[in-house]
Amino acid sequence: MNLADEPPVAPQHARGRNVGARTMFTLDRVGVRYGSTWALQSISLSICAGERVALIGPNGSGKTTLLRVLNGLIEPSAGTVQRPATTRQTLLFQRPYMLRTTAQRNVALGLWLRGIRWSSACKQAKEALERVGLAALAQRNARTLSGGQQQRLALARAWVLASDVLLLDEPTASMDPDARRMVEALVGEFAAGPLQTLVFSSHTLGQVRRLASRVICLEDGCIRADLPVDEFSPGTVSVESNLSLEGVLR
Amino acid sequence: MRPAMDTIPQATAAALHLFVSLDPTLLSVVGRSLAVSTSACLLAFGLGVLGGAWLAVARFAGRGAVLTTLNTLLALPSVVVGLLVYLLLSRSGPLGFLGWLFSFEAMVLAQTILVVPIVTALTRQAIEDADRAQGEQLTSLGAAPLMRSLLLALDERYALLTVLLAAFGRAISEVGAVMIVGGNIEGFTRVMTTAIALETSKGDLPLAIALSIVLLVVVLALNALIAALRSWRERVDGAATQVARVGVA
Repeated sequence: MNLADEPPVAPQHARGRNVGARTMFTLDRVGVRYGSTWALQSISLSICAGERVALIGPNGSGKTTLLRVLNGLIEPSAGTVQRPATTRQTLLFQRPYMLRTTAQRNVALGLWLRGIRWSSACKQAKEALERVGLAALAQRNARTLSGGQQQRLALARAWVLASDVLLLDEPTASMDPDARRMVEALVGEFAAGPLQTLVFSSHTLGQVRRLASRVICLEDGCIRADLPVDEFSPGTVSVESNLSLEGVLR
Repeated sequence: MRPAMDTIPQATAAALHLFVSLDPTLLSVVGRSLAVSTSACLLAFGLGVLGGAWLAVARFAGRGAVLTTLNTLLALPSVVVGLLVYLLLSRSGPLGFLGWLFSFEAMVLAQTILVVPIVTALTRQAIEDADRAQGEQLTSLGAAPLMRSLLLALDERYALLTVLLAAFGRAISEVGAVMIVGGNIEGFTRVMTTAIALETSKGDLPLAIALSIVLLVVVLALNALIAALRSWRERVDGAATQVARVGVA
């Protein structure tokens, strides 16, 4: 058996807070192709329960595609993805989709889709909105909320679903500093549980340092670096990636 | 029989008199037209939204051919529909046992067949656009494809209301199908468009002009309603989403 055939093993730093924690995702030589372009190429990695993983890299490096693969929204064109069947995960998009109805109903929808009675779902949704500080806006049309408020509402959706894994695609893109701080605090609160897994993409070095325990640097659909956050700085990755990162990290 | 008039102004004046005097013939024809087209559109809306929502998310072999056929049916000539329904409902036809030929029901059936493709195609487009933009998020929340399309249909309800109005405009302004399957029987199956054709051929221009004015006002009111709906939506919902840009022809 040569090395290329061996299944990927989570590096020591990847097991981070929970040595021996179960593996949430195992990707083995995963590739994703859009037309003739490979968005991801031969990605092999493992993510354990309780990890807080930041995906960084320039635009078009494959961060969003990797999150979509992890969430099961797209099937890889090559390779395999393994995840425990019982995992509950939620993907938060850069611009969360709000149905044309109240904030409370938007949160309740996810529960209702999982078979919870509507009245019970609404009750739980109200509690989740309180948790993210949006209780006063529960009856407001969700489309009229600001970007930051919508992202908090999306976090409430994830909370109410009791997700084990939270996947976030640039959760604070285009937000003002106050809104960014508020969303970051909520994400940090979500990830505080020892078995809560967080995978997020970011262009913000400070955010990576505040939220992540592990940093995966992507470039051209390939992993260029996979490090504990303590060992990470733009200078620690390859020269090519570093040049790109300098342009995107702030 | 009303005297024939040679000039448009005289005919228009006589038409206005019909309005003011609430001419029973005029009211009867207008009422029947509205009833036939409203019934047909409600039926077509139910069928078309379900079909369009399913087509928006369904993936199957031959889907492209189905969509091409559906788009072709958008330009379905009303006389062809009339002929088809006539053959279906005629005594020797497969639906002859219903005894619907030259009746209100026959006209509703013909107009329903005429506008179902419009509702289906525009619904499919509106939901597919919304699905392309937002479908993944609903999937991520746990919505299966059909549920996703129904949620998107519910969310695009204002766009679908516009589709309904467009379908109504098509139904109320067509003449060929209702002429063939309704027979233009006075007091029973005469509607605005068939009455306009008949009165014009008879030279009774006042009634024809009065009915034309009503028809134009109905279409104008529909377009005004569509514009008001869009404006209200944008005001209530803030940022507008994609809308099927349709109008009443």
